[in-house]
Amino acid sequence: MIIKYEKQKNTFQKIYEVIKTMASKPSGLIGLIILSFHVLLAITSPLYVPYDYKAIDPTLMLNPPSSEFWFGTDSLGRDVFTRTILGGRTALTVTFFGSLIALLWGGSLGIFCGLVGGKIDDIVMRIIDAFLSIPWILAMLLIVSLLGTTTLVLIPALGFFYGKGIVRVARAATHDVIAKDFIVSARARGHSNLSIIWNEILPNVRDAIMVEGAMRWSWMLLGFSSLSFLGFGVSPPTPDWGLMISNARGLMSFAYWAVLAPIFGLSSLIIGINLTADAFAKALGIDRSTKAPV
Amino acid sequence: MKNAVQKINNLTIGFQSQKGEQISILKNISTSINQGETVGIVGESGSGKSTLALAMMGYVKQGLFTISGECMFHSNNLLEMSNKELENIRGRKIAMIPQNAGQSLTPNLKIGYQIDEALRLHTDLKQSERDEKISELLNKVRLPSPETMAQRYPHELSGGQQQRVAVAMALAGSPELLLLDEPTTGLDVTTQAHVLELLNLIAKDTGTSMVYVSHDLGAIAQVSDRVIVMYSGEIVLDGPVRSILKNPIHPYTFGLLKSIPKLTSPGLPNSMSGSQPQPGSIKNGCSFYERCEFADDNCKANSPILEFIENLNTSVRCFKHNELLNLNKSDSQYVKSIKNKILKNEILDLSNVSISYAKQKFLEQLLNKINDDNPTVKDININIDKGETLALVGESGSGKSTILKSIAGLLKTKDGNIKFDKDKILSNDLRQRDSTFLRAIQLIFQNPDESLNPNHTVEEIISQPLRLYFGLKGQDLKEKIIEVLDKVRLGEFYLTRYPRQLSGGEKQRVAVARAFAAKPDIILCDEVTSALDVSVQAAVLNLLQELKEDFGTTYIFVSHDLAVVRAISDRVAVLYQGRLCEIGPSKNVYKFPSHPYTEVLLGAVLEPDPDIKPKLVAEDIVEEKPPENGCSFQGRCPRILGDICKNEVPPWQTCENGNSIRCHIKMDDLKSQQISN
Repeated sequence: MIIKYEKQKNTFQKIYEVIKTMASKPSGLIGLIILSFHVLLAITSPLYVPYDYKAIDPTLMLNPPSSEFWFGTDSLGRDVFTRTILGGRTALTVTFFGSLIALLWGGSLGIFCGLVGGKIDDIVMRIIDAFLSIPWILAMLLIVSLLGTTTLVLIPALGFFYGKGIVRVARAATHDVIAKDFIVSARARGHSNLSIIWNEILPNVRDAIMVEGAMRWSWMLLGFSSLSFLGFGVSPPTPDWGLMISNARGLMSFAYWAVLAPIFGLSSLIIGINLTADAFAKALGIDRSTKAPV
Repeated sequence: MKNAVQKINNLTIGFQSQKGEQISILKNISTSINQGETVGIVGESGSGKSTLALAMMGYVKQGLFTISGECMFHSNNLLEMSNKELENIRGRKIAMIPQNAGQSLTPNLKIGYQIDEALRLHTDLKQSERDEKISELLNKVRLPSPETMAQRYPHELSGGQQQRVAVAMALAGSPELLLLDEPTTGLDVTTQAHVLELLNLIAKDTGTSMVYVSHDLGAIAQVSDRVIVMYSGEIVLDGPVRSILKNPIHPYTFGLLKSIPKLTSPGLPNSMSGSQPQPGSIKNGCSFYERCEFADDNCKANSPILEFIENLNTSVRCFKHNELLNLNKSDSQYVKSIKNKILKNEILDLSNVSISYAKQKFLEQLLNKINDDNPTVKDININIDKGETLALVGESGSGKSTILKSIAGLLKTKDGNIKFDKDKILSNDLRQRDSTFLRAIQLIFQNPDESLNPNHTVEEIISQPLRLYFGLKGQDLKEKIIEVLDKVRLGEFYLTRYPRQLSGGEKQRVAVARAFAAKPDIILCDEVTSALDVSVQAAVLNLLQELKEDFGTTYIFVSHDLAVVRAISDRVAVLYQGRLCEIGPSKNVYKFPSHPYTEVLLGAVLEPDPDIKPKLVAEDIVEEKPPENGCSFQGRCPRILGDICKNEVPPWQTCENGNSIRCHIKMDDLKSQQISN
């Protein structure tokens, strides 16, 4: 019999494979390009911004876009272009680490509940349900006003609120796997719960949880920008899209550029992450059109 | 010459590979189905039999397309018709009965409504006429009390009844051709025999042509007039059922028949080496060359054509068919008898074991007790000697897997205890069991697709027990894994493969290797061969037997397939509704089936021989729960005595050849009754 076996790949080759598959569809390619553009911009932008982001100049208030100020200036005479390309940095950092935390606690708790089942599962899930019923933004506002708006407060708080949904997804994915005979086999052999989770369950639910995490990232970005918009995220004068939109929205009728630029930055990043997450899911063989997240 | 209902000419169906090559799944199929004829299409998984059956309805699966040829229904080519035109033919002229009726019936619609729907679509009858027709159809498929049956939902019927409803729906349009795709595969032996009998009756009554697709030569032998054997997308043999099953002139069919365990010849059947080639991998020569014991250089270089042999009325695709025709087949029916070294040394002792699935109430949980007067499994007493193979047989719901699970510690017993090595009582709770006991008892599962972690390589899979029980690491671990793999005839290069890169037989070998890696004393085999093709099944059975002879392992072998059990077991325990009916040495149980249930079970076994008909002695009723009083088999027993069977639990009787049965009828009376039948 002649069967051509795929060659075994190491981790880097596997990651390369996944990215290649993602880029093979136009939507995935566009998503990847947008996302990497934003990430690159966030890392390198301080090196080449044309102006100081906090330099206030009353003589240059609300100038329309020109060759000197590409996106015009805002109500305090700051360069909108400079502030826009710097504005994604905090948002990206906070939400990236926030999603990592959400993934970690949501994923572990979900897998644990799925495996253990019974009373513990019931109790934990009801608590999660209770949290899901509280509008997260109110709870966030409370936390932020009590503990302050530093990144060290924002990252874990966002991570906590966005991890609740991941618990449900991880638990559902674990339930799919748990009924399979290889888990029964491991149990009958006498492996500990931890070893079953690590060796048998995790490799099978990893993909689903990672895709869910990527999806949460874009939601969290929107959530974080909403906080900034409400004045509870980044404190001025640090440039941030949510804050910029909030500041400039009153003057929208005659200085549209000051609102449009951060809106474009925010929405293009969210679209980029969404397209990438979708392509990521497809490359891993998870069809989100049939398996909707809980 | 009879009228052909369907004629297939040079049909080739294939798909386009990623490199742009056309790869054929079906190659140059030409055959015809005559009026009133039942044709069996048989082949292993991947032989293209289902693709052919679907093409007969003018349906080609997504991703596949017709490369050449035609599929003529009377004078129309089905493969060129539009969907609109096909709608008029499907259901009215050609109907299909799917494999799993339980899944193909809509769960929230009543049976009567679903049949009515088929009638509305495929006939021009009025409402009142249709109601009458529904009763008529349900009568035709021998369902009791059609009026009440029509008001039921699919989940209220048993598997056999659901399959009957599917047949009734297919008959609604009075089709000329009925396609059946593995219609009895998921059913119990007795139910299967009844459904096949029904199909025979319908074929006779209505004169409908039937195409019966199956991997099971036993079922094919019972229903078909003509058999088509497929291999790797080609027809390799096509002829009358007797000539094909009694004197096969193609080496593949010959090998296939040899690898089926039979009740009439005990012992392990021969296995066929290798497996079917991947589509597109064979360019020149016979597709069976790699596995053929008769092949020579000519077979490698040239592809044989389908040759018609006048005096046998058979077409065959083989250069060597004359050699096979004159071969004395009975001599080569080689079976290996099993020789187990059984030590009179009890290794496992089940005493009064009862298992209940009833949910514990709060108080019972606290007291760690279950109150259930009618548990799923009750009063099981079995002693197992070191080195023997004990088989547990019975239909689905007989509790055989339940007993295995509680031996493995996965299910708690309600009463009784399980003793290992004479005096060590195995704890009910898996977590409290000593790790030496856990190591001593290993499980092999039915479906290797489910029992092997898809994200682990073979190396990781086999390393699990080695690391857990022996703490092996690094080079020692790797050497041990290779040693274990070698024992199940898999080479070192399998180490880095994932289960999806292995064939069904190879996967099951890995599962066997994992169980043996723990150096167990007892291996629990749960339907280990039922997900495999027959030729692979024989190989796995042979492997299990060899390993057992090498290591002296004790097997507890659960199966619904009585012929497989006959081949591999020393002792058989027959279970019905979680109660033991009969236990004894295999050769005696199969020779003198004394318990009425054993008699029913053995009567329903289908042999791949059209002249051995199954004996149907009991109704195929499915009981939901064991009866509360009396004998467990009272509901279906053909030899029921009366009230005594309903009220009193029958006593054990032991006869001189070692069989024990649980029945109110005296053993000698039973024997004489069975002989006089």
